[in-house]
Amino acid sequence: MPGDRFTILDGGRVGELPAPDGLALVERARAAGRPVALDREEGAAFLGVSAAERGRALATLEAPDFTLPDLDGRLHTLSAQRGRKVLLVAYASW
Amino acid sequence: MWQALHEELGPRGFTAVTVALDARPEDARPWIEAAKPTHPSLIDTAHVVADLYNMVNVPTVLWIDERGRIVRPNDVAFGTDTFKHITGLESARPLGALRAWVRGEAPGFTADETRAHLALPTPADQEARAEFGLGEWLWRRGRPDAAGRHFDRAGALAPHDFTIRRGTMPMRGVDPMGPKFREMLGAWTTAGHSYYRPLPDTRG
Repeated sequence: MPGDRFTILDGGRVGELPAPDGLALVERARAAGRPVALDREEGAAFLGVSAAERGRALATLEAPDFTLPDLDGRLHTLSAQRGRKVLLVAYASW
Repeated sequence: MWQALHEELGPRGFTAVTVALDARPEDARPWIEAAKPTHPSLIDTAHVVADLYNMVNVPTVLWIDERGRIVRPNDVAFGTDTFKHITGLESARPLGALRAWVRGEAPGFTADETRAHLALPTPADQEARAEFGLGEWLWRRGRPDAAGRHFDRAGALAPHDFTIRRGTMPMRGVDPMGPKFREMLGAWTTAGHSYYRPLPDTRG
């Protein structure tokens, strides 16, 4: 649908570039062992993080850091809680 | 419930951090407004935390110590016994263990124990998360049909990942508590799999 433009989603970043450049990035990510979801019709690809990389990070036992918004849009970072014991709870309405 | 625990144990150097793996902030709003949390209560529509910690269902809980190290990896814990008759999991034991850890009466797991209990992602898990990520973005851009194709692919790659299979139901106009979910759950458990997979000492 977007013709000559291509969107690359990578680690929360969104970049738009000419389709050949986008597809070249897709190939490079795959060659580097990253999981890639590609939709040629929609002109978009999501570059994920490999199981090996996630596994290495978890095996250090260092809690992976993240920054996310609350309901009011205020951002919170996990590592700002250093010095406290943390119960991290993932839940959902579903 | 997590708010009550946060209030009880906060003076002992504890905080809860809750993360809603919901498609829209509005889906989580009633829960958050009822809980009136004073701890970080976050919204993760893109499943960033599920990806980082290899979470495949909710609720998933982890203990993280003062130095930012995981001392108890992905486990299932409910704050209340509301669903005990369905899950077979009671809340008292994990909550008791958590209190003892926060009060310094009992350690978390050792590093070796934690590593032994870590659930590490497979390449298929990460392929599934990439498909989910693309689908979620397409859905947000008003491309539900294209999104659905990627959600389907994600579910086929990681059939045990209910943050994907059930968590995308609200984005596909499917009731995540309804017959489609019960059908999915029935097929899963009939095939000999567990829907909730707590750590051995939580299962009791």
